[in-house]
Amino acid sequence: MNQTWGWLKGGIILGLVFFAAAAVVKPIGVSTQYVIADCLIFCSITPDLAQEITQEDGSVIYKSSNPYLNKSKGKYVKAAKKPGNYGFVFVFAMFIGGWLAAKFGNAKIPNDEKWIPRVWSENLGASWGKRMTGAFIAGFMILFGARLAGGCTSGHMMSGMMQTSLSGYLFAMGVFVIAVPISIILFRR
Amino acid sequence: MLKQILLGLLFGGAFGFVLHKVQATDPNKIIGFLRLTDMHLAKVILFAIGFSSLLLFVGLAIGFIPASHIHVKASYIGVIMGGAIFGVGFGLGGYCPGTTVAAWGAGRKDAIFMILGGLLGAWAFVLSYGWLLNNMSWLFDSVISINETNKVTLAETGNPKNPALFSMPGIIVTGVIAIIFMAAAFLLPDQIRSASTEN
Repeated sequence: MNQTWGWLKGGIILGLVFFAAAAVVKPIGVSTQYVIADCLIFCSITPDLAQEITQEDGSVIYKSSNPYLNKSKGKYVKAAKKPGNYGFVFVFAMFIGGWLAAKFGNAKIPNDEKWIPRVWSENLGASWGKRMTGAFIAGFMILFGARLAGGCTSGHMMSGMMQTSLSGYLFAMGVFVIAVPISIILFRR
Repeated sequence: MLKQILLGLLFGGAFGFVLHKVQATDPNKIIGFLRLTDMHLAKVILFAIGFSSLLLFVGLAIGFIPASHIHVKASYIGVIMGGAIFGVGFGLGGYCPGTTVAAWGAGRKDAIFMILGGLLGAWAFVLSYGWLLNNMSWLFDSVISINETNKVTLAETGNPKNPALFSMPGIIVTGVIAIIFMAAAFLLPDQIRSASTEN
């Protein structure tokens, strides 16, 4: 039995999660953590990218040779040096949450859809390589776009519009003006 | 440190669980929404935004939530352009940066490739940021000029960093917006157009 939630129940609970996170910690956001994960990998290869400097008075500052990572007093560098922080743990926990929902929430993925979603195979074919290439390119674009925009669906659209932020409305407009025609053209069946 | 980790586990875990239960982790549902053949997720999202917004501004109004918890992002040209680039990948892949992580947890393996592409895309932006700043600085121009940072909201939040476009009590502005969003969730049909059945 596939027990997923209807839109009203789902909307209420999703709204409660966004509200509770903002009330207790801060508004939810995900895409920043991709930069932190990248820095965990690439900054170890090029140490100049993530510098942790203890000053004479004992305080620690974070700097980077990269202008993006150096932003806001090196907050990305700091997060990558201390990955046991709220935002990074949050994204790992999302994986666990998805796993729990599928395993114990009676919402398993159909076996024939574990690699390729039905809407993709019906329209663009059952080629494994094609779907994985498409997903990779799509992933590249959503994160490049989200970083340029300063947030993604969760940070801009959900948390942003929850706070009535103008930026949330601008992001949503940019997304749907492009994503709707692309989906209509690519996925006709 | 431990408190941060526990809160991250709690809220991240709840978020991932809920995303899967509302089927936001399902590319069939995301693409169904984007091609307007299955508006389930549109209704979920509209209701969630309206409902959470109402709770948040009631919380701010009665002092239950400090205004310092408001974190609003700046409104610059790159928000729209970045959204458009995001839109291409969203319409093609059917996952967003967060839902793809929960989808992987739930057992969708193509989500792994979406995440790998995402890691490369985020890093490509990190590496091109300096160039973009020098050569395409218009991307970072504000769409509005109210103060230095232009982290603008529609409704008054009480946070001095975030000027509001409507100078009336925040709860009134939010109340109107929340009612529109939640009503839209009810009124939106289950599908706006049908998928082609031709071969």
